Amino acid sequence: MDPVQKRLVDEIIANWKDKPGALMPVLQEIQEKLGYLPSDAMEEVSRCLNIPLTEIYGVATFYHFFSLKPKGKYKIQVCEGTACYVKGAKRVLEKFEEVLGIKVGEVTPDGKFSIESVRCIGACSHAPAIMVNDQVHGRMNSEKVLQLIKSLK
Amino acid sequence: MAIVRANVLICAGSACVSSRAYEFKDALLKALEEAGIRAEVNVVDTGCVGTCDLGPVAIVYPDGVFYVKLKPEDATTIVNEHLLKGRVVNRLLYQQPMTKEVFPSLSEIDFVARQKRIVLRNMGIINPESIEEYIAREGYEALAKALTMTPEEVIDTVKRSGLRGRGGAGFPTGLKWELARKAKGNPKYVICNGDEGDPGAFMDRSILEGDPHSVIEGMMIAGYAIGASKGFFYVRAEYPLAIKRLELALEQARNYGLIGENILGTDFSFDIELRRGSGAFVCGEETALIASIEGRRGEPRPRPPYPANKGLWDKPTVINNVETLANIAPIILNGADWFSSIGTEKSKGTKVFALAGKVNNTGLIEVPFGTSLREIVFEVGGGIPGGKKFKAAQTGGPSGGCIPAEYLDIPLDYESLKQIGAIVGSGGLIIMDEDTCMVDVARFFLEFTQSESCGKCPPCRVGTRKMLDILERIINGEGEEGDIERLIELGNEVRQDSLCGLGQTAPNPVLSTIRFFRDEYEAHINEKRCPAKSCRALIAYQVIPDKCRACGICARVCPVGAAQGKPREIHFIDKNLCIKCGDCFAKCPFGAIEKVDIFLEKS
Repeated sequence: MDPVQKRLVDEIIANWKDKPGALMPVLQEIQEKLGYLPSDAMEEVSRCLNIPLTEIYGVATFYHFFSLKPKGKYKIQVCEGTACYVKGAKRVLEKFEEVLGIKVGEVTPDGKFSIESVRCIGACSHAPAIMVNDQVHGRMNSEKVLQLIKSLK
Repeated sequence: MAIVRANVLICAGSACVSSRAYEFKDALLKALEEAGIRAEVNVVDTGCVGTCDLGPVAIVYPDGVFYVKLKPEDATTIVNEHLLKGRVVNRLLYQQPMTKEVFPSLSEIDFVARQKRIVLRNMGIINPESIEEYIAREGYEALAKALTMTPEEVIDTVKRSGLRGRGGAGFPTGLKWELARKAKGNPKYVICNGDEGDPGAFMDRSILEGDPHSVIEGMMIAGYAIGASKGFFYVRAEYPLAIKRLELALEQARNYGLIGENILGTDFSFDIELRRGSGAFVCGEETALIASIEGRRGEPRPRPPYPANKGLWDKPTVINNVETLANIAPIILNGADWFSSIGTEKSKGTKVFALAGKVNNTGLIEVPFGTSLREIVFEVGGGIPGGKKFKAAQTGGPSGGCIPAEYLDIPLDYESLKQIGAIVGSGGLIIMDEDTCMVDVARFFLEFTQSESCGKCPPCRVGTRKMLDILERIINGEGEEGDIERLIELGNEVRQDSLCGLGQTAPNPVLSTIRFFRDEYEAHINEKRCPAKSCRALIAYQVIPDKCRACGICARVCPVGAAQGKPREIHFIDKNLCIKCGDCFAKCPFGAIEKVDIFLEKS
């Protein structure tokens, strides 16, 4: 972590330190602010909350929301909920992989895009749906994948 | 307060926001400004109207005209025609997909007219970001009434109403409260389970986004009834809008003294905190959810002891689902007899379903228990798109089962669905048509539960993996005789030997599809054929020469150069290059590409 990140992490810890069950919200806020959980941030959390690092690692790897590696500037999340699946989510995911030349779970070498597959985002009536950062895009198909990537490049 | 002559309610649910409802709103505000009538017209954001696939939608009052699929450029037309001249804009009205009939008002369209709205009573009517509007619709009156009753009387009312938990298991809510009330230990907690993990379900998200105060009020009444002074909301991190609206609602209620010390001048004090999930399906299970709030891996533990006796931080805890809590205020206000007069003998009240998949009207609906699947699919849902045939409905997500066409008239309630191996579940209702392969659907759900299994108990961790391996072989044309029997045997073992609900129900989609669609399994295994022509390993794409007009679109969209052809010559697909993505099939304007069986050599 650089000094700015360290200050952020310390602030987050200080906010929650005395509340019961602080670990989850602390990790969530670090994930949100830094985009991932750097190992030295987890060490800091361990030291300040007095929780063994192994336990923190256990929690961080249990939940999908946490990532130990940075994600792309544009975080593409392809919904693979039921409604999206029966309406062709598999092809949408493939098309992203095809266009970006990376597999699901990977980041492009320039750090611009990452692809993840996620469980239902609740946009079932717009299936197949995806999210880019927090923005939902509905009724996706191969053509719209191409247009979307073009507009972000 | 300024006098306005019209109100425009714009749906600000997640689905409408994702189809750019706010862009329409901005355009509308600008158009009102330009026409010089900004002060005469009130523009309000409201909760999910339910007609999610028609979004963005708006309702113009006092006339109650319902406009659909709005684009920013439609704003000027609505202002100039409707709001200035009083003429309804016909082209923006809803058209029934089968009969093409046009309906000017929301209450008339069959999607809405056939519903009974208790939980969704305020959706599309009030602004979810305004506590005043909630209060104007009898909001927090039930809390005030409950505080004049004894906790035992409140519990008795909920018990007599027949309300059962809406999260899936259907446990009687009043009984749960009574157990927690009688349990020894202090403090006690109420948790609202908003970890809506079933893929294809968005009821709880919509309620939290559209009417957060109704859930808060329900939680406070629960807290009073069991003697708790603290409540937690546990909401999925994937629902940012729901979290934002809930946070705002909590702040407003706190400012009004409705949350805090000595509420409404009584001895009752109650505080509420919001915690977010972190994307683990198993956390919908109550003991796993508790572990997650406590800051641990979300692994379930054996029950008993039940959370009612030993829950959060080992204290007595009631965990209720979002929809369950949203039912509480109307029950307290209108009485147990009123509520129990709705629904069937053992399933009282209404159920909210998230209708999605291959159906014309997708969205959020609320119907009395006992409504038939046929009514939901063909009347509320407006039938199957493209004139295709209904094949099955899937309820209860990865824990549920499917309901085939021969049971279309079955009343939807806890008992009837259980009889045919399906469950009401939390309310996801996915409609499948003839193009959906039921073996692949079973594989999809099992892949989901397999990857979401927390890994604590081997029957679930290993058993689901073994079952998934078999299903993958089958859809790849490598199924063997005896696979169906192996799936049934494994399924029964996983069901019996797993610790929590995830494992105990994980085999349901497989067992249920085998029960009703065994012929599809047999076709995959014995003939290496996918009847729905959906499994890639078992089909090929080819051009129908008589229909091809050599337009070249297939060749343009093909990502691997398999679709080929010279100008003015009939095109063809090179089967050695084809990856069977289906883009050409979807794009051909003449329907000149077909899917055919390829009949693998039998192994």
